[in-house]
Amino acid sequence: MGVYEAVIGLEVHAELNTDTKIFCGCPTRFGQEPNTQVCPVCLGLPGVLPVLNQAALHKALKAALALNCHINQWSRFDRKNYFYPDLPKNYQISQYDLPLAEHGYLEIEIDGKKKRVGIKRVHLEEDAGKLLHEDTGGTRDRFSMVDYNRTGVPLIEIVSEPDIRSPEEAKEYLENLKTILQYIDVSDCKMEEGSLRCDANISLRPAGSKTYGTRTELKNLNSFRAVYRALAFEIKRQSEVLDSGGAVEQETLAWDDARGVTVKLRGKEEAHDYRYFPEPDLTPLQITEEILSGIKEGMPELPQQRKDRYMRELGLSAYDATVLTRSKTLSDFLDDACRLGAEPKAAANWLMGDIMRILNAEDKGIEDTPLSPGHLVEMLSLIDDGVISGKIAKTVLEEMLFTGKTPNVIVREKGLLQISDASALRTVVEQVVKDNPKVVDDYRSGKEKALGFLVGQVMKHTKGKANPQMVNSILKEVLDG
Amino acid sequence: MIDRETVEHVAHLARLKVTDEEISRFTGQLSQILEHMEKMKALDVNHVPPTFHVLEEMVNVMRGDTRREPLSQEDALNMAPDPAPPYFRVPKVIELGVDQ
Ligand SMILES: [Zn+2]
Repeated sequence: MGVYEAVIGLEVHAELNTDTKIFCGCPTRFGQEPNTQVCPVCLGLPGVLPVLNQAALHKALKAALALNCHINQWSRFDRKNYFYPDLPKNYQISQYDLPLAEHGYLEIEIDGKKKRVGIKRVHLEEDAGKLLHEDTGGTRDRFSMVDYNRTGVPLIEIVSEPDIRSPEEAKEYLENLKTILQYIDVSDCKMEEGSLRCDANISLRPAGSKTYGTRTELKNLNSFRAVYRALAFEIKRQSEVLDSGGAVEQETLAWDDARGVTVKLRGKEEAHDYRYFPEPDLTPLQITEEILSGIKEGMPELPQQRKDRYMRELGLSAYDATVLTRSKTLSDFLDDACRLGAEPKAAANWLMGDIMRILNAEDKGIEDTPLSPGHLVEMLSLIDDGVISGKIAKTVLEEMLFTGKTPNVIVREKGLLQISDASALRTVVEQVVKDNPKVVDDYRSGKEKALGFLVGQVMKHTKGKANPQMVNSILKEVLDG
Repeated sequence: MIDRETVEHVAHLARLKVTDEEISRFTGQLSQILEHMEKMKALDVNHVPPTFHVLEEMVNVMRGDTRREPLSQEDALNMAPDPAPPYFRVPKVIELGVDQ
């Protein structure tokens, strides 16, 4: 098999989280009854006039700045013409040769090596409606059903340069992009609800070559995992075509996630003959320094900056800082806990350990639980003060995550106070020593490990509540004395 | 400059039905328009700033992100020739789906 280099570009569509649509006042809420979020403007009735939603423009500019783009001083909307019933006007209002922003980059890191992926352009456009092809009452052979609720929801299209070289890099790019868009609060980025969508194009060339091979376009990528798998599949498929002396065909393919293969897509007819022309119903955009400085002022700390701060100020490792900053809500939680007096490393360890384990198992974000930063801080001080052991804290934490009760209440209700009463512990220790003569002999004949077993027995008798340091020292006293 | 095939292609893209006679007529007319454009290209416009929009005097007309009451589903669907509540119903379109 020849050695090939993959050349990958990604095109991401993100729905902006404005209250209303891009050119009319209809709500953008997801999951509403079909065709209840529509008006004459987004239905494309004759004689209506679209007017740009200022919040959509500002969010798009915010995204472009966060992606290090050059903002074009002059920009305009264009009509992209095609006949397909998901567009009631038979054109989509988009941007063509004067997009909002160009020439940006996004930094990714693979195995500790940083790399910049170029951003070719960021532009604003309107989303289309949803077509239903499934059986809606025996008429599926003759009809399609349309829901226009999504028509006119503001979208940004973010097109990368073909700088991506592997499925790993593609996944990292998408993860970072999603994180940035969530940090700056411009999109919910929920792939399962379609508020973040991704298409990919990929070609192969002999390693070291500077020219491009023939590319295929991949659609129907419904998760980051699907993007990864589809690209890996295409690399293998195209390699085999080239190895057998064949030529890759330029075509659009759909990813079939269930079968794990790419398949030919029947497409919109003459899909690339869109006959763009300037949208005469919308005024041109002049992005002044004044507009831009307002947006820069409102720019929050970005993930990379937060990661650097965690390493610099909280003393976290690069790995820990990366994991924690990947979720804005998780790292906001850490920041709040630190502000309330938590020791940063301890708080970070609990977040990355037990808390993330439970959240992942439940498929939830920390914002979906009743756990508050104040409660975590309270729990940490209970450990510091010796009121509960680290082991008991795990039980307390789980209860906090599911019930939202404070750690003090949980400790009281469940009787989890650590036993630090020396005479009470001594009684238990003496009992354990009496019950395990063989292990005691082992210990006395030099098997240090036997001590661990005895400690375990004491913890078992006290339901984990015994102060471990005290158990250790009392045991040694009793055994060695 | 414009041939019959181009006229047929453009008519198809716009979903226009054109007769043979119309194709001949439009081929001539469209060619004349393009020839006129070619003549204009000869003008020296180096000192004229390019027009990039018909509304150059008016910029950044925008609205706030405030909601307006949408149409009721009934009103929206009633305007369509063939509604199938809660959906608009259209002739079957080629699915952007998978060729099995
Ligand atoms: Zn509307």
